[in-house]
Amino acid sequence: MSTLQVSVYRYNPESDDAPWMQDFEIDTQGRDLMVLNVLQMIKEQDSSLVYRASCREGVCGSDGMNMNGKNGLSCVTPLSEVVKDNRLVLRPLPGLPVIRDLIIDMSLFYKQYERIQPYLQNDERPPSIERLQSPEDRDKLDGLYECILCACCSTSCPSFWWNPDKFVGPAGLLQAYRFLADSRDTHTQERLSELDDPFSVFRCRGIMNCVNVCPKGLNPTRAIGKIREMLVRNTA
Amino acid sequence: MTQLRTLTFDAIIIGGGGSGLRAALQLAQSGKQTAVLSKVFPTRSHTVSAQGGITCAIGSADPNDDWRWHMYDTVKGSDYIGDQDAIEYMCNEGPKAVFELEHMGLPFSRFDNGRIYQRPFGGQSKDYGKGGQAARTCAAADRTGHALLHTLYQNNLKNNTVFLNEWYAVDLVRNANNDVVGVIAICMETGETVLIKSKATVLATGGAGRIYASTTNALINTGDGIGMALRAGFPVQDMEMWQFHPTGIYGAGTLVTEGCRGEGGYLINKDGERFMERYAPNAKDLAGRDVVARSMVLEVLEGRGCGENGDHVMLKLDHLGEDVLMKRLPGIVELSRTFAHVDPVKEPIPVVPTCHYMMGGIPTNVNGQALTVDADGNDRVINGLFACGEAACVSVHGSNRLGGNSLLDLVVFGRAAGMHIEETLNQGIEYMEASQSDIDAAMKRLNRWNESGSGETVPELKRDLQTIMQNNFGVFRKEDNMQEGVKKLDDLRARIANAWLPDKSDMFNTARIEALELDNLMEVAEATAIAALERRESRGAHSREDYPDRDDDNWLKHSIYHPADKTLSKRDVNFSPKTVDTFQPKIRTY
Amino acid sequence: MVINILNPGRNGVADWMIQRASAVILGLYTIFMVAYMMFHPDLDYAAWSGLFSHLWMKVFTLLALLSIAAHAWVGLWIVATDYIKPAAIRFGALLFVILALFVFVVWGVQVIWGV
Repeated sequence: MSTLQVSVYRYNPESDDAPWMQDFEIDTQGRDLMVLNVLQMIKEQDSSLVYRASCREGVCGSDGMNMNGKNGLSCVTPLSEVVKDNRLVLRPLPGLPVIRDLIIDMSLFYKQYERIQPYLQNDERPPSIERLQSPEDRDKLDGLYECILCACCSTSCPSFWWNPDKFVGPAGLLQAYRFLADSRDTHTQERLSELDDPFSVFRCRGIMNCVNVCPKGLNPTRAIGKIREMLVRNTA
Repeated sequence: MTQLRTLTFDAIIIGGGGSGLRAALQLAQSGKQTAVLSKVFPTRSHTVSAQGGITCAIGSADPNDDWRWHMYDTVKGSDYIGDQDAIEYMCNEGPKAVFELEHMGLPFSRFDNGRIYQRPFGGQSKDYGKGGQAARTCAAADRTGHALLHTLYQNNLKNNTVFLNEWYAVDLVRNANNDVVGVIAICMETGETVLIKSKATVLATGGAGRIYASTTNALINTGDGIGMALRAGFPVQDMEMWQFHPTGIYGAGTLVTEGCRGEGGYLINKDGERFMERYAPNAKDLAGRDVVARSMVLEVLEGRGCGENGDHVMLKLDHLGEDVLMKRLPGIVELSRTFAHVDPVKEPIPVVPTCHYMMGGIPTNVNGQALTVDADGNDRVINGLFACGEAACVSVHGSNRLGGNSLLDLVVFGRAAGMHIEETLNQGIEYMEASQSDIDAAMKRLNRWNESGSGETVPELKRDLQTIMQNNFGVFRKEDNMQEGVKKLDDLRARIANAWLPDKSDMFNTARIEALELDNLMEVAEATAIAALERRESRGAHSREDYPDRDDDNWLKHSIYHPADKTLSKRDVNFSPKTVDTFQPKIRTY
Repeated sequence: MVINILNPGRNGVADWMIQRASAVILGLYTIFMVAYMMFHPDLDYAAWSGLFSHLWMKVFTLLALLSIAAHAWVGLWIVATDYIKPAAIRFGALLFVILALFVFVVWGVQVIWGV
């Protein structure tokens, strides 16, 4: 049986009053394609279906979507990993407004990212060569800097669903910690004092949905725990 | 015709990859009204996929390293048609640009002494080729492009650059004097078409690897800047020079960094033989990419390929041990598991030469100013138009780029373009306004698609284009085969001119964007095809079965493709660096 | 920095610490009560009232009572800000919660010191 039943979320505000699900039958010829390949095959049947995609190898973070109920990148998700009973249901990432079909409006997600000042801040004059950093200090950035801003984590987080305007969310907090952990950054105090309100960090209830879906295998919950620890130490 | 909404900036940068963001950062820091227009959110640009690193003589792995050695390697790598003034500038300015990136926060890997980690890459030598293999590629594990692009985006946020994200540039707007005074663009979310006026339009649109069926390039690499320049009647340079990266994952096309071989991996054929020892006795697997790619194809053609069809070779990494792989090449381990279903810790990765990089592009000087060639063959600056990064041809890569030099090219010439534009804006420039008919001219092809009523659709045409390029303009090229390809492309152009866009909706209509991209792919493909056919020699990445030798008497030249009459002319290569002696052409062996 | 007028603690750290500290006290109180009942299987009114006549028990119980109020207040404030989006309704609900908690505390004090 090589015909896959695919059901895709459709919504074009120009022509649709409400979102609807469209069914397609796709002949995979028994190959274990990536979900993105299936979308490309569907688009050849119906060019009006829209989705984002760029690098098609899991490093640009364009094609986050909800596949059979779980967030992930369509380009690195093989059918064998998600398809159950020969059926694939594709929806946009949950919790943010849909622009059209599988494309969501990520403004709030980016706004939370910008809020944590995602750039190195160091008030000392840089040397004429690079700033030195020991391999041990550099190791502290592993598991943090690799984030691709695909939003799979933040849009799987109920705390982000309820307060996307106030809770930074796992992606933003992972980056917040990336700069807190960087031995070259001197703005630790300022960064912490921007985060010690009841929403920005503390809305995380540690349910680890973010860890469960991260396509890069990163662990935002652990980073959030570290931030909380720094905040508590800073106060107590 | 209705009036378009107009936005005005001091400088508009088209493309949010490494070079665009570096140019934007320079201008934003100087307080100029700068906007970056990108068809994807900037961190989704293809720079993000660069893995191995940024090559630069920062003297970390070897304190005696010298930028002149890097220059020598680059000139040799280019097979002597890289412009030596530009290569000199890049290699000399490089350390400054890399240290700036580090100061901005780029998380480079480190040596024990705290300095930036450098690894060996192909074509690198010490002491002008006499001192053995150098280690000159600065790396952040095997995610250097990702780290670099995110760092640049972050610093643009810090400096309040204006971003027009998910906007698509359609065509350049030229005034009556043929100066570039802006661009027509579509806001993808709303579908609105807007006129963007600017005194400096920077094409930082990256490569066009999608003209080939098998490519390491992102889906978005459709040569939009090249297409716009050609449609505006401006020439492009060295378009026949396409780099085939030796190690694309067999079947999937995704890139496996040269850093794998830099860290000690090597290629084997079906007999398990390390065959590069035969082709490049000294540099072996770290010879120039063109050399390695050709050797791989020869192994396959001579029946020593791996797999059922004997159509690929293997990259062996398992002897490096899990610790090294997880520390230095974690992304490769991930990609191999996903796309090759192979765990490089235990087994070799199936690889095949895959289209990777466009050495050619819009000819520019070291200031990023786009050039055209007048009737007498003299360079002339195109007012208002700049290019940098892969879309530009400065030319620092000549006929073959060295690994790690693309990221350096991006930041050095992005920065240089930014600095030059800042200076020009400070001096004050005024160009004549575009008239309504100038604007209408730039709207022509968008209107054509919007009014199309029936015909062939984009996906099939794109597939045909990619097949032609793959079959007729691949690693090895031949006159009759290419002539056939040029003819097929000619037919294809006529078909595309009558193609149909079924979906005419406004909001986030990606079908319209793909149609506009197809026009650009067509422009790039044709320029490539004609230049490849006309250059009757083998040099760097351009290998002709019928002309197997380099012909310095006739072809120690850039090729210039003129879109108006689809002809090729020659342009002199620069052999006059300012501070070092000229590197004279020599036989190139590794 | 996100600020909120009905934010009970000084900031997120304070809220977080109040929740943890109060949870510890409530945990200890629960363990004590369970243990006490296990060691006194034939518990009668006299013994029970005797337990609460000690000053240390009054203080411990008061501490538990205040902890439950603080814990409930922080927790319900968080739940309300998650799920009740109209500000007026949320304000009303939280006002009701704080009044109820206040009444329970006053009543509880009266009961404990009435023993």
